[in-house]
Amino acid sequence: MLTDRKELDARLSDTAGTWLDDALAEAAHAAAHPGADSGPLPWELRFAAAGRHCGRDHADSVRALLLVEARAAPSTVTRLYRQGTAAERRAVLLALHRLDLGPAAVPLVEDALRTNDPRLVAAAVGPYGAAHLDAHGWRHAVLKCLFIEVPVETVDRLGERARGDAELARMLRDFAAERTAAGRPVPDGLRTVLALTAPAPAPTEES
Amino acid sequence: MRIFDPHIHMTSRTTDDYQAMYDAGVRALVEPSFWLGQPRTSPASFFDYFDALLGWEPFRASQYGIAHHCTLALNPKEANDPRCTPVLDALPRYLVKDSVVAVGEIGYDSMTPAEDTALATQLQLAADHGLPALVHTPHRDKLAGLRRTIDVVRESALAPEAVLLDHLNETTVRDALDSGCWAGFSIYPDTKMDEDRMVSVLRAHGTDRILVNSAADWGRSDPLKTRKVADTMLKAGFDEDDVDKVLWRNPVAFYGQSGRLQLDITTPDALHEGNSILRGGE
Repeated sequence: MLTDRKELDARLSDTAGTWLDDALAEAAHAAAHPGADSGPLPWELRFAAAGRHCGRDHADSVRALLLVEARAAPSTVTRLYRQGTAAERRAVLLALHRLDLGPAAVPLVEDALRTNDPRLVAAAVGPYGAAHLDAHGWRHAVLKCLFIEVPVETVDRLGERARGDAELARMLRDFAAERTAAGRPVPDGLRTVLALTAPAPAPTEES
Repeated sequence: MRIFDPHIHMTSRTTDDYQAMYDAGVRALVEPSFWLGQPRTSPASFFDYFDALLGWEPFRASQYGIAHHCTLALNPKEANDPRCTPVLDALPRYLVKDSVVAVGEIGYDSMTPAEDTALATQLQLAADHGLPALVHTPHRDKLAGLRRTIDVVRESALAPEAVLLDHLNETTVRDALDSGCWAGFSIYPDTKMDEDRMVSVLRAHGTDRILVNSAADWGRSDPLKTRKVADTMLKAGFDEDDVDKVLWRNPVAFYGQSGRLQLDITTPDALHEGNSILRGGE
């Protein structure tokens, strides 16, 4: 979960708070002067170092704030993801829905869903993935969560997207059958999602 | 017993090794970037390798309760291939990453002019980024290589206490310690050093500024050599505090100079059924 600026300020030490102020000022400067870069921008170096200065627990939130403040364009977001550590990639994924990217960052979400790292997969099924993944990609994302034990509650708008999805229901049942045939347990989350795939009740006419 | 392996190439090891290392007491390690056996032909393959050392490999290690850090550099062998030297230009964007605790492995392989350039450039990069340096000493012409390495370190912006000279043996330990650098010993099944010789070195030179590693990689090597040295030390009369100093506190002190060590990995609860590196199709 991302923490907002106000709450962060309350939690960060004075030194870390000052560091964050400076970092956000550099990000704002970059937003106001697009294209003036040669080499890594100062705020992008801060993006990498955020965990060391503000604490690992706050790194996702600090990095998300920097991306928003810098009004990071698709090219910047893509570069930071591709050149990032697993922690930096996770922060990019968590911040995508707060940026004005349209569908341009879908390849990053797809990349994260190809990994077997639950931290990245969990971040990929957030609000941006819910808004932009097509039906096929989204169903596989849900199944991937079940495979690598990312809690299905992590999937944003799960109930809304699953409702009435007969193809997802079929995939879930096939997966359950495969597990049962192998004598392996069916993940608890599978039944949760399967229940959500039931079609919405037909509207009843009010008399 | 807690063990920190300050030099091991986990990319080449299996999850069985991670489990055995955890069972033997290994709780932290540093994976230096190095040659992969098969030469690389472009910077892009280095970048994928660096990304793995910053992403996938720490994840694998964390599944077994082991803190994973890395050192990044253009290694001396491939510094001789002009197709690979552009890696030097890209290093600054990698050296700012959280889990990078040194520049390395740098140093000499055949002591060529290209290796001179790469070594000096990367010692400066370490100084610029507030990082120590892990310096490999050559397998051939080792003593001459060590002395030349020490000369280059003296001429660099990096203090000797920020430099770890690795793969030392009986013939090079004295010069290494006299230089003010840290002294690393790789314990191998056949070559380099063995446990008994290591204990003799510790008897002769004490435990200050000395690190012991397995340097286990894709060749014949043993990721449990750190533990075997600890056991040999105890049998030889060293006490548990000596063992803790050589196999934990010394590596923590050396790599701690980066300010980036994170050693609070908790034992994962995901270690069920003996293997938690889940595959997409299983």
